[in-house]
Amino acid sequence: MYAFDFERPTTIADAVKALAAADAQALGGGQTLIPTLKQRLAQPSKLVSLTHIAEMRGVCRADDGSVAIGGATPHAVVAKEAASLYPALAKLAGQIGDPAVRSRGTIGGSLANNDPSACYPAAVLASGATIVTNSRRIAADDFFRGMFATALNPGEIIVEVRFPVPEKAAYAKFPQPASRFALTGVFVAKFASGVRVAVTGASEGGVFRWKEAEQALSSNFSAEAVRGLSVSPAGMIGDLHGTPEYRAHLVRVMTARAVQAAA
Amino acid sequence: MPKDHGIGASSKRREDVRFLTGRGRYTDDINLTGQAYAAFVRSQVAHGRLRGVDTSAAAAMPGVLHVFTGKDFESVGGLPCGWQVTDRHGKPMLEPRHPVLAHGKVRHVGDPIALVVAETAEQARDAAEAVVAEIEELPAVIDMKAAVRGGPLVHDELGSNLCYDWGFVEENREAVDQAIRNAHHVTTLELVNQRLVPNAMEPRVAVGDYNPATDETTLYTTSQNPHVIRLLMGAFVLGIPEHKLRVVAPDVGGGFGSKIFHYAEEAAVTFAARALKRPVKWTASRSESFVTDAQGRDHVTKIELALDKDGHFLAIRTETYANMGAYLSTFAPSVPTWLHGTLMAGNYKTPLIYVNVKAVFTNTVPVDAYRGAGRPEATFQLERVIDKAAREMGIDPVEIRRRNFIDSFPYQTPVAVQYDTGNYHATMDKLLEIADVAGFEKRLQESKARGMLRGLGINCYIEACGIAPSNLVGQLGARAGLYESATVRVNATGGIVVMTGSHSHGQGHETSFAQVISEMIGVPESQVEIIHGDTANTPMGMGTYGSRSIAVGGSAMVRAANKIIAKAKKIAAHLLEASDADIELKDGKFTVAGTDKSVDWGSVCLAAYVPHNYPLADLEPGLEETAFYDPSNFTFPAGAYACEVEVDPETGKVTVDRFAAADDFGNIINPMIVDGQVHGGLAQGIGQALLETTAYDENGQLLTGSYMDYAMPRADDLPFYRVDHSCKTPCTHNPLGVKGCGEAGAIGSPPAVVNAVIDALHRGGMTHVTHIDMPLSPSRVWAAMQR
Repeated sequence: MYAFDFERPTTIADAVKALAAADAQALGGGQTLIPTLKQRLAQPSKLVSLTHIAEMRGVCRADDGSVAIGGATPHAVVAKEAASLYPALAKLAGQIGDPAVRSRGTIGGSLANNDPSACYPAAVLASGATIVTNSRRIAADDFFRGMFATALNPGEIIVEVRFPVPEKAAYAKFPQPASRFALTGVFVAKFASGVRVAVTGASEGGVFRWKEAEQALSSNFSAEAVRGLSVSPAGMIGDLHGTPEYRAHLVRVMTARAVQAAA
Repeated sequence: MPKDHGIGASSKRREDVRFLTGRGRYTDDINLTGQAYAAFVRSQVAHGRLRGVDTSAAAAMPGVLHVFTGKDFESVGGLPCGWQVTDRHGKPMLEPRHPVLAHGKVRHVGDPIALVVAETAEQARDAAEAVVAEIEELPAVIDMKAAVRGGPLVHDELGSNLCYDWGFVEENREAVDQAIRNAHHVTTLELVNQRLVPNAMEPRVAVGDYNPATDETTLYTTSQNPHVIRLLMGAFVLGIPEHKLRVVAPDVGGGFGSKIFHYAEEAAVTFAARALKRPVKWTASRSESFVTDAQGRDHVTKIELALDKDGHFLAIRTETYANMGAYLSTFAPSVPTWLHGTLMAGNYKTPLIYVNVKAVFTNTVPVDAYRGAGRPEATFQLERVIDKAAREMGIDPVEIRRRNFIDSFPYQTPVAVQYDTGNYHATMDKLLEIADVAGFEKRLQESKARGMLRGLGINCYIEACGIAPSNLVGQLGARAGLYESATVRVNATGGIVVMTGSHSHGQGHETSFAQVISEMIGVPESQVEIIHGDTANTPMGMGTYGSRSIAVGGSAMVRAANKIIAKAKKIAAHLLEASDADIELKDGKFTVAGTDKSVDWGSVCLAAYVPHNYPLADLEPGLEETAFYDPSNFTFPAGAYACEVEVDPETGKVTVDRFAAADDFGNIINPMIVDGQVHGGLAQGIGQALLETTAYDENGQLLTGSYMDYAMPRADDLPFYRVDHSCKTPCTHNPLGVKGCGEAGAIGSPPAVVNAVIDALHRGGMTHVTHIDMPLSPSRVWAAMQR
């Protein structure tokens, strides 16, 4: 690590102020940032920890019926406290990383980083969630902008994520054998208005909605409805752990499995 | 009733108390007064000409004591290679110079270029980034076949990337060719035994220390064999006489072979400590371990098995390309030759065998012994080609093996080694029982009902352990002896300290060696202390690898203990006024045979050190003896393994559902420790079969340089094992009748897993899939199913 200053504000306003410094960097649970710093691949002037801001932690049912999760809430807390409110989301949180990762890593940190293989972006996009920052509300469809890119401005903090709760939902994850991030993960959410399907881990463009499957599932919510569909390998990630063809294949298989689990 | 102490008891591992409570003392726990810290500047490119190293900016940075480069090491030796292989034309292998710090060229990513020593680790690292190495990048050669087909030269002065072209047994070559030409059936298989990163839990650490007052140098290091490091570094690299050099390997957190070798960092920090007259410490980061710890395996092989119409093996011919990496690591040349070719007979009566190995230099991390070392590579190709042959000829895979089993001993193989004892039918019988092979059909139907494929893979293995008879290995090119040593020191109050040349880096010697002494003398295990790992207080020993500790080190200890017993009997005879021929030792008590006259162990020990009533004219006081043991043969552990997998036909994901291992390790000191050794070996073997791969891109950059991409086996990747070692044919030539168990699991398990997956695919109708190269990752299995 290179030397840096460290601040741990207790209010959002103080955090915003601290992040205004040049090369300041917000720190959630640090599950990506700390290894990056240890390898000297980043050199922030200041780390601003968001974990001591009380209003950014916790899970509750909001007045509009959605599930609200504070941006600094660790995965383990979501896994436990969202279990009765949004079981599919809680289950996803409980499958991220390992116990150590889940007790430190936060939902806001994961979404701001937007790793193309992270699990949370699939849930957020499939649920049509809203990302609430210190300055505005961003719809999930507008938030993800490709690998490691989001709509967040420099210094903008994810304060809360609001999830509309679907009638039925499930996440099916096929883990990459080494990192156990999603080699391909599919979140399926069935609302009265239709079905949303979001895929993580597979595309070079990061998390995406599989519109063709959404259409098919909206008229017939069964695994059978997607078995006949096919996904093009064009634009899929190809690496040691899977070719674009394999990932394209997994998108279909995991979608069918998610539907099966949700039904 | 199972025994509660001594040989055969599952005594709890006494060392685990400190390991499990975080109170072990590892090399990184050693911090010396005035200690400075080292950081290495390493090559970021795989191949290049080193035009110059500018250290001026780094040297001026805060806290920096000195920056060393290759120039500073011109006056010392290179890292030595401990084994010289002679090729099939009678010529010695090509042996490049291996400088401590790169000089002239860099040859792999991670090759050390400079060493920065500073007051703190952070300052050293900061300054290392300010060292400017001027490197003219050259095309890298990564693929072995390209390397020998006129690729860029890794070592210009050698004129070739072919280290050696080894034939074994060269005299059999034509007879083997002829047998294969004339055979009823020949099965051919081309396969890759992929490169593995050892990944010991504890990264390597070295602390050099120099005392100007006494002119004594000490190296604390993560080693499996401190005496070997002392000899290699002292005599060949730095020119420090052994009596002025002490090497200490305290608690060591796993090695798997990777901590046998003498590494550049050890010599560099020792050199720096002597130059600066300050202790100098280096601790590898995990990223550094990935590009500097000697890696394992990396063979590309074609094997042909000739059979008669009844499935009897007639001849085996193999051709293997073995990757040496950029330099010859300490024992690298011996691994694909004498630890590999000599095992190609396996458990079978194949009369004619010819093994050809081409060792190749590439711009990759050096490759050397890794758990099993040559024997897993031999076992894998042999047991895979047998399985393929059985399928091609329509013979049951167990039956074809039984038809060819060696069944009388001693057995002289056509590949030099002679097996002293074994019973391969018995281990196979035991395997079929503990694996519940009879119940496979039912489990198959259950899997089918869930839409899953299921397969059963069975294979055998043999290994040569108890390494090794010194006169034999000397003839084969070893530049070291492979005996072991022990000093048994009895204190005046009866406590016993054993100083062994064996080293424990997880094996539990402190427990099992004490059990042997407890059994021999009849004192409680708690009265016996085992000391290892420090050249200052242990006799010259060769360390721990090749499953040799109990077979060779244990034998040395038994010898020393027998000397103690013989002397103690003389003392007892004096005290009891009897003839020493009439003295019996049992349960810690010396008795005159046929009488009730006795004296206890403690009284005899006291008499030895307080010799008031003692035969001083005939016997020296004291009770301390040293013995060396040089084995007369290898030991030959063998066994049979069964693996049952489920394969998800939609994703290609393989799940190991059941795994059974029936091993013949000869006599066993501590069954629980043996279980643990087998469990760990199986985890590594299953890891190789399903998960682990070391990938370089065409420029020589390591693509799997962290756990984000290098898949280590985790607990939930593994089944509950069924392990049995009740089939015992004791070794005929060492005093304990032991064979060794440390590597068996890693040797025997990869073919079982692959055989099982191929079986599952065939049962699922995909009979076109005859082989998949390891690791059998979901994507590879899926791709094979699509072919």
